Amino acid sequence: MVKNMFGSLTAKLSSIFSKLRGRGTLSEADVDAALREIRISLLESDVALSVVKTFIAEVKEKAIGAQILSSLSPGHIVVKVVYDHLVEVLGSDSGELKLQGLPAAILMVGLQGSGKTTTTAKLAKRLKEKENKRVLLVSLDIYRPAAQLQLEILGKNIGVDSLSIVEGQKPLDIANRAITQARVGGYDVVIFDTAGRLQLDAELMKELRELQTLISPGETLFVADSLTGQDAVNIAKGFMESVSLTGVVLTRVDGDAKGGAALSMRQVTGCPIKFIGLGEKVDALEPFHPKRIADRILDMGDIVSLVEKTMETVDMASAEAMAKKLQQGGLDLSDFALQLEQMLKMGGLATLMNHMPGMEQIKGQIPAHLMDDKILKRNLAMIRSMTKEERKSPELLNASRKRRIAKGSGTQVQDVNRLLKMYQDMSDATKKFGKLAKLGQLGKLNFLKNGLKGFNPGRMK
Amino acid sequence: MAGWFQNLKNSLSKTSSKIVQGLTSLILKRKLDQEILDELEEILIMSDLGVEVSKTLIANLKALKFDQEITLEEIKLFLAEEIAKILQNVEQSFEIKEESKPFIIMMVGVNGAGKTTTVAKLCKLFKNQNKTVKCIAGDTFRAAGSAQLDMWGTRIGVEVVTGDSGTDPASLVYRGVQSAMSAKDDVLVVDTAGRLQNNAGLMDELGKIYRVIQKQDETAPHEVLLVLDATVGQNAHSQVELFSKIVKVSGLVIAKMDSSAKAGVIVGLAQKFKLPIYFMGLGEGAEDLEEFKAKEFSYGLLGLDIDGDTKR
Repeated sequence: MVKNMFGSLTAKLSSIFSKLRGRGTLSEADVDAALREIRISLLESDVALSVVKTFIAEVKEKAIGAQILSSLSPGHIVVKVVYDHLVEVLGSDSGELKLQGLPAAILMVGLQGSGKTTTTAKLAKRLKEKENKRVLLVSLDIYRPAAQLQLEILGKNIGVDSLSIVEGQKPLDIANRAITQARVGGYDVVIFDTAGRLQLDAELMKELRELQTLISPGETLFVADSLTGQDAVNIAKGFMESVSLTGVVLTRVDGDAKGGAALSMRQVTGCPIKFIGLGEKVDALEPFHPKRIADRILDMGDIVSLVEKTMETVDMASAEAMAKKLQQGGLDLSDFALQLEQMLKMGGLATLMNHMPGMEQIKGQIPAHLMDDKILKRNLAMIRSMTKEERKSPELLNASRKRRIAKGSGTQVQDVNRLLKMYQDMSDATKKFGKLAKLGQLGKLNFLKNGLKGFNPGRMK
Repeated sequence: MAGWFQNLKNSLSKTSSKIVQGLTSLILKRKLDQEILDELEEILIMSDLGVEVSKTLIANLKALKFDQEITLEEIKLFLAEEIAKILQNVEQSFEIKEESKPFIIMMVGVNGAGKTTTVAKLCKLFKNQNKTVKCIAGDTFRAAGSAQLDMWGTRIGVEVVTGDSGTDPASLVYRGVQSAMSAKDDVLVVDTAGRLQNNAGLMDELGKIYRVIQKQDETAPHEVLLVLDATVGQNAHSQVELFSKIVKVSGLVIAKMDSSAKAGVIVGLAQKFKLPIYFMGLGEGAEDLEEFKAKEFSYGLLGLDIDGDTKR
């Protein structure tokens, strides 16, 4: 779901970084070029200009400082820096509500049509079901026709009480009545839904201030529409100036907006984004996870975590030795086993594929059973059942040796044959390695070439 | 005439003061160099015009005025006129055709854009033109969605066709159209539930409502108005594109123009989709609806006084 929201920015960043991939060193000019493109992407994704500027400046500083830290390609380091910073800016994991006082109060604020009332009901349902709280719903929206009725009906639908509606009562009076009612009735939490208002509307903002003073809520949640454009900063600023906010709820994340508003709102308010709304149903509310969102924003096929894993798991020395062997065309089954081991360490073939940008097409061409880690493990078992000589010279493997290997690894002779066929295919492939490197999709795997040189999943059929 | 312009200007002035400040701080009279152009581009981007449209406008400015001594006023006028030129192509008066009875208007849009309030405003407008008006509260999904319009109906004295919550909207719309036909109403406004344009299931439902109307009068709906929230960013492009795929969107209404947002995205929409922009919503009252005027919008966007311009 979240993917839709940030998908387009992702595609753009992906093409930007493909330009950077495979370069030796990262000059300031390279960083600048990449960041210029990122700037445009972020703007097109509705991140507010002032927020973009800050973001880019910070990333640039980090990117230039970080360039010689590892043996990975410079492009990937920029990706990592952009990603890390994105996570940082988006804030920490959330979904926690500060429920203080008895009853604890939550005040919902925002523009007209941002999704306050629906979010109020979603929160109530969550508190009721996940935290066993007794919740009272209160609508302070006396302006929009039938707004109070809307909340009352939603309350009924989710089995949560709402304060009875008294026609003609003013918001402050309703709030007072609610507080009394909540105390008498033994409620744990009162959620106050307010009328949508423009931050420019001095009178209504004054009302909101008075309400906040009266209610003194543990949480004042700013409900913001993820479809919002550049004005997100002004809106957020305006609300910040009138009332103190404690968190943001981002709605309509199930839409296809690029969602830059998330970044804008977060940076302007300094408040955590606590929840995201993902639909019209009353349970379509999820805690906000910055990493998940940042993954989607970049969607470098989660290249970042792959970079991290690669750095952790691939033994550079043995990989280099293998690369040398490859160049001489002397790959044997021991080397093959080593590659299988490394793949398993990185989470198996399926994970690897999911991590690769642009792997979607290739993925479809690989039979599902080959994506199964069991196969990797079985192949490893067979190779381990071979003698050193057999691994070096597979041509030694006659029928009786194959039977022995099958027995030793708990497989069938056909499995051994299949493995040998796969090995043969791979050997053939390595001979064409020079050409392979130029093939578009595999070209993108350059940064992994130390670890995976010559392993061509497309040929495993 | 003066009243509505003042209204619009008041609301735009809140939004444009930033732009004006931006421009004022830029130059008094000096050579138009790249630095100024870059800043101008940013100002346009901040108004939601989008990167591409902003770049094009600035490129035009550069081509004609680069390196020339130029004043703030000249730059503002140039940009306002350029934007007005684009928007004039989509400025169009909304007409109720007498030969279509009832003249059926279908309202569509994402959740919270301002459809229901706009329906009420339109009904009020047509009623003021001495037309017999009816509307259908087609939002049977949202809790109290139909009650909201029903209460509007009472306020403005317009009959509202409603159904119980959860009623199939298509069947409700069928009933509403039948009722308006037999009553020989002049205008029928059909409200629909808000839906995100990428939600296939709900978009199918919208297509069904459209076909139900069409089945009863093959020339209907006579207008399909997409309501956009003025605070929307570049996602407006996706909204227009995807709603147009399902129903024949014939025009736009920009709601919440009294907010601080600049709704600059409509410049790009005008270039790409060429759909008429009929109205702008300027508040929560039933009368807070104005016809869209390209020149006023463009001048307002840049903080220019259109009266001042004519006096000069």
